Amino acid sequence: MSVTEIIFYAFAALTIAGALGIVLTKNILYAAFSLLLTFLGVAALYVVAGADLLAVVQIMIYVGGVLVLMIFGVMLTSKTTDKYLPSPSHNRIAGALAGLALFGLFFTAILKASFSTLPWITQAEQHSRTVSESTIAGIGINLMTDFVLPFEIAGILLMVALIGAAYIAGRK
Amino acid sequence: MFSLEHFLVVGAALFCIGVVIIITKRNAIVVLMGIELILNAANINLVAFSRYDANVLQGQMFALFVIVVAAAEAAVALAIVLRVYQYYQTVHLDKLDELKEK
Repeated sequence: MSVTEIIFYAFAALTIAGALGIVLTKNILYAAFSLLLTFLGVAALYVVAGADLLAVVQIMIYVGGVLVLMIFGVMLTSKTTDKYLPSPSHNRIAGALAGLALFGLFFTAILKASFSTLPWITQAEQHSRTVSESTIAGIGINLMTDFVLPFEIAGILLMVALIGAAYIAGRK
Repeated sequence: MFSLEHFLVVGAALFCIGVVIIITKRNAIVVLMGIELILNAANINLVAFSRYDANVLQGQMFALFVIVVAAAEAAVALAIVLRVYQYYQTVHLDKLDELKEK
C-alpha cells in the first residue's frame, strides 16, 4: 500500500467520520465542529486529487468563511440562557433507510459504470496527461481567458449576495 | 495510483449523509450544514474527474465557481434564518407552521 493510498484512506475516513458526527450528535456546536473536520478532510482529498489551489480555497472559504458564519448563526438564533443547544433527530428510521438505499444505489452505479475505463480517461492515463504539477497557473490563465465571463458574473453574484444578505438580516 | 472510483464513493457517501441530515434534523442551521455537505460531495466528484483533464482543468474551474455560489448561498440563507428567528423566536422547522391549516 503506497503512501498516497494511506493518506487518501485516512482523510476519507476523517471526512466521513466528521459528516457522521453531524448526524449523530445532539449538540449544534458539536455539529459545527464536526463540519470543520469534514471541510478539512475534503481539502486534503483535493490535494490528493492534484487540486492544490482548490484545497487552499476550500480552507479559506469554507473553514474561514462559511463555518464561522454558521457558528455566528448558531449563536444568534439561540437563547443566551440555554446551556445546551439541542438539535434533535426526527424520522430517524426513514432517514437512515433513505440514506442507505441512496448510497447502495450510488455504489452499485459507480461500480457498474466503471468510469476508469472511459476512453478519455484511459487515454489521459496512457499519455500521462493527468494533473501532476501545480494547477494554480492553469486556473489563473483560464480565469482570464476562457472563463472570464463566468468570473465576472461570479463577482456580480457575490456583490448581489452581500447586499441582499445585509438587507435581509438588517433590522428595519 | 488508486482509481477514480475511490473519490466517487467518498463523494457518494458524503452526499447521502447530507441527505440524511436534511431529512432527520429540524434545526434550520443544521439543515444548512447538510446542504454544504452535498455541495462538497459534488465538488469532490468534479475535482476527481478533473485529474484526467490537465490541459483545460474544466472540473476544477467548475468546482471553483460552485464554491463561490455556495458561499453566496450560505450568506443569504443565514440572513433569512436570522429574520425567521427574529419573527418567530425559533428556528425549529416544525414550528414554522403559520400557513398550515389548523
